Amino acid sequence: MSLDKNQIAARIAKELKHKTYVNLGIGIPTLVANYVSENIEVDFQSENGILGMGPFPYEGEEDPDLINAGKQTITAMPGSSIFDSATSFAMIRGNHVDLTVLGAMQVAENGDIANWKIPGKMVKGMGGAMDLVASAKNIIVAMMHTDRSGKSKLLKKCTLPITGVKCVNKIVTNLCVIKVTSFGFKLEEKAPNVSIEQIVKSTEAELIIEGPIPEMNI
Amino acid sequence: MINKRVEGVEQALKGLQSNMTLMFGGFGLCGIPENCINQISKSEIKKLTCISNNAGIDKEGLGKLLRKKQIIKMISSYVGENAEFERQMLSGELEVELVPQGTLAERCRAGGAGIPAFYTPAGYGTEVAENKEVRSFSGKEYVLEKSLNADFSFVKAWKGDFAGNLIYKGTARNFNPIMAMAGKITVAEVEELHPVGALDPNEIHTPGIFVQRIFKGKKYEKIIEQKTVIRK
Repeated sequence: MSLDKNQIAARIAKELKHKTYVNLGIGIPTLVANYVSENIEVDFQSENGILGMGPFPYEGEEDPDLINAGKQTITAMPGSSIFDSATSFAMIRGNHVDLTVLGAMQVAENGDIANWKIPGKMVKGMGGAMDLVASAKNIIVAMMHTDRSGKSKLLKKCTLPITGVKCVNKIVTNLCVIKVTSFGFKLEEKAPNVSIEQIVKSTEAELIIEGPIPEMNI
Repeated sequence: MINKRVEGVEQALKGLQSNMTLMFGGFGLCGIPENCINQISKSEIKKLTCISNNAGIDKEGLGKLLRKKQIIKMISSYVGENAEFERQMLSGELEVELVPQGTLAERCRAGGAGIPAFYTPAGYGTEVAENKEVRSFSGKEYVLEKSLNADFSFVKAWKGDFAGNLIYKGTARNFNPIMAMAGKITVAEVEELHPVGALDPNEIHTPGIFVQRIFKGKKYEKIIEQKTVIRK
């Protein structure tokens, strides 16, 4: 059984460390906030200008002047702060944010990521993704292992225009957890009831598989 | 104190002409200068180059100027959720320069701060770095990006005073303070306009020197793009 989006988010939540600042991208990454252990202190940064982003508001309490980078209504935690976009990206580029979790259309085995453009088809823009991947100390990609047509998103080389070079550290998909090493993709964990063969078949790039691969603990 | 107050949006837009370069504060529809956008959309001004993080959605924000084809070029970081924008861009009617969001913010800040260009790691090795100078510092590659300025910058704040001092609310701050710095003429529209002395100098986000004209917006719709709530 492959993971659903919430389970991918739950697995990524285990990567969050005590006393760190984390930027969550749009989509699956946003769900990570729902699974953070209560025993650790983590502050969420949203690049539109808030540190200490809280959960969604209760119905009727939403404030149009308080949104996240996905334009969703949010709340602000006690101790949060608000700032302009230049300050926000000073935090990002200046390496003050410890972990970035974002989605991707493709990841290459050297750590390149593509997630902003499909030439001639989809042109939404990169938003803050290029700034985030150019600087973050630790980048985790949350995505489905294959695209809608079943094509692998884990490639030897990205075919779409890239967002950043050699920047991804780890990938969590519906099938497995992969670490990006200087030798390529290393399979670290597999989803419950997913076979190694299935993972290999769904991965265009070579996988480094050493010893028995443990099952993910979600 | 130098008084920046003007009566309303008509006076605030005096001198605005076709072919100008304009900046608009806001992130999505949050913190956009609604009254200025509405007034421009009622005018016949066209061939505008607009610098804004987003391009509004189909019928809101800068989407209003796009539908009237008043914009010939957009400089933005994210332009999704706008079918008319996508149509004009793919057909070639609209020129679009997509800029990484942090680079866009810094280009505006630099423009307002008298810095002509700067090196940033964002976009290195991507399409964004094509035809730009790349330089290595301490073993890491950086792209030279040039600053941005505007003939008019339109910003929206929560509170302001006659001296042009501004205070923003929540994440409606976003690009507003940095774009306020980068306009030859910066027009601030506010929800509350106070006489000088009413605002605490310790609480000011944008000092009045960056603002040339200030007025109280007639009405704010404050449309929410993605209402996300939890049930009690």
